[in-house]
Amino acid sequence: MNHEKSITEIKILQGNEAVVEGALAAGCRYFAGYPITPATEIAELMSERLPPLGGVFMQMEDEIASICATIGAAFGGALACTASSGPGISLMQEGIGYAAETEAPIVVVNVMRGGPSTGMPTAAGQQDIIQARAGSHGDYEIIALMPSSSQEAFELTYRAFALAQHYRVPVYVLSDEIIGHTREKVRIPGGLRPIERKHPRERENYLPYKAGADDLLDGMPAFNEGYRLLIDGQLHSEDGNRAGHLPDVCAQLTERLCRKITGHREEIYDLETHFLDDAERVVVCFGSPARPALRAVKDARDRGVRAGYMKIRTIWPFPEEAIAALAGKARTLIVPELNVGRVVQEVRRVTAGRTEVVSLPKLGGLLHTPDEILAELMKRRRP
Amino acid sequence: MNPIGEKYLRKKALPFLWCPGCGNGTILGATVRAIESLGIREDVALVGGIGCSGWIPVYIDADTLHSLHGRTLPFATGLKMSNPKRKVIVFTGDGDCLGIGGNHFIHTARRNLDITVIMVNNQIYGMTGGQVAPTTPLKAKTKTSFYGNPEDPFDACELAKVAGATYVARWTAAHALSLSRSIAEAITHEGFAFIEVIAQCPTQAGRIIYGTADPARLLDTLKAQTVSVKSASKLDAEALQGKWLIGTLHHDKGKTEFSRSYFGMAGPRGGKPAA
Repeated sequence: MNHEKSITEIKILQGNEAVVEGALAAGCRYFAGYPITPATEIAELMSERLPPLGGVFMQMEDEIASICATIGAAFGGALACTASSGPGISLMQEGIGYAAETEAPIVVVNVMRGGPSTGMPTAAGQQDIIQARAGSHGDYEIIALMPSSSQEAFELTYRAFALAQHYRVPVYVLSDEIIGHTREKVRIPGGLRPIERKHPRERENYLPYKAGADDLLDGMPAFNEGYRLLIDGQLHSEDGNRAGHLPDVCAQLTERLCRKITGHREEIYDLETHFLDDAERVVVCFGSPARPALRAVKDARDRGVRAGYMKIRTIWPFPEEAIAALAGKARTLIVPELNVGRVVQEVRRVTAGRTEVVSLPKLGGLLHTPDEILAELMKRRRP
Repeated sequence: MNPIGEKYLRKKALPFLWCPGCGNGTILGATVRAIESLGIREDVALVGGIGCSGWIPVYIDADTLHSLHGRTLPFATGLKMSNPKRKVIVFTGDGDCLGIGGNHFIHTARRNLDITVIMVNNQIYGMTGGQVAPTTPLKAKTKTSFYGNPEDPFDACELAKVAGATYVARWTAAHALSLSRSIAEAITHEGFAFIEVIAQCPTQAGRIIYGTADPARLLDTLKAQTVSVKSASKLDAEALQGKWLIGTLHHDKGKTEFSRSYFGMAGPRGGKPAA
């Protein structure tokens, strides 16, 4: 069904609503979810918006059912999505591993709240970034996008569906309570086309798990299109049959599941940078702390500090080359994040001691103030 | 090879991983005969769980999703609701369906989603080597009920019925023809159809619970433990003690099926899915 609108619309939306608009614009027609703070508005709005489009909203019995129904719908032919937060996302991990292994294109929205456990249901956190990459057992890679505004919640959710189909991988939208509940202007561009799933080039002798030289599969047929697919969570050969007795086949599949993402990372990266040309001290940020960070960088420059700004919208795969390049230019990288300091470890890994890396963690559900980041930018000013 | 086997088996997946004398092959045969009789091969979407019975659809050359332990029904829900025209058939075991998947079972039955669920009950966790299951008889000694099972087993058919299933039947692997007819009836039924198939498991339940690994003796035991629904009406409670009722136990054609209910009330498209 062609849902595109020809003229640009301006709406005032909270991030959770923008996620729904982005998903629907991308062609999402199946959503399975379970109520949880602070992600519930996504399910509520989906339950209203999907049926008139001929889509399906289902409130399942739990988040395990939600992720599995989402995967079932993806193989059934729908662009499918689920959304949750901390405890619910933890319950989904086995299903996310299944989606990664069977190369199911699904979108999982995590409106992050403070953890661990029940944690801080109504307050923000960024404590699930590592979980997003490695929360299920076994080796695999996923893609994770991090919006820092309602506008980005819309745009990145739309892109999440495109990435999921192209790379046949679960794609996370890692929002948080602040982004989810901040209501602000969103520009919905006209002429946005739904994402189309590519069908295999060949039907005869089709092998569902035969990858090309780029490690990607040849499109994706749905069930009941005559392909007689075998989809199995066991490591499998190109025809889908289990290959537990074939060590080389299993090793190659595991490697490809990782390489099909990491090997394409430069196509996937999405960074926003400001003032990097002369920057000595750069704030590397993502999600809601990117907002006070930009204010702090501008204030620092007003005070004569050669400050720079790098916002990472695609946290996984990690933009290694871009961060490594910063290390050759800037003297200090400052990483504000709403956790004990997780992504800063990745920054340290890829910069390998070539530059000073400062962790600026913030816990307790609060966002950094611009002044807190500014203070760090000013503190180690060169004499 | 038997012509129907020749036609329906996914040959690349062979040989079967089941033990000699296992009941799953009979159930596979009954299923493909039902599919053949209805002429719906290209319309079926098969879902298997984890455990011996979850492999049944892997050997059937049709669209197959071999899913996660306990999660067959949510996967089936997504498949069905993304295209309600497809015929979804789920193969699950007693542990898969009633243990780890029990919550999905009662909720999918409650919704009366139009899918067919074939639950193979071998009364034990077979693939992992013979541990106590939610269907293991009271006092039975297994690998994890060393001093005897302290728990009563589920009656899966009663559970399905009270949860909202609209077609409920029970057969054993000794009743292959009746089972095949019942599977066809379940697929045709518009609503949540549940068939429990009690199956012999020579290697685990046979050796551990029944004291024999002889499939013929186990099949005789199954037959001796069953009473047809018709015969049961003539027997008193004492005579029915410890027996399994077999046949169609419940068939309600009046309750609205979930996808019809959903698309009927949801939105101006009035019952037509997008795809």
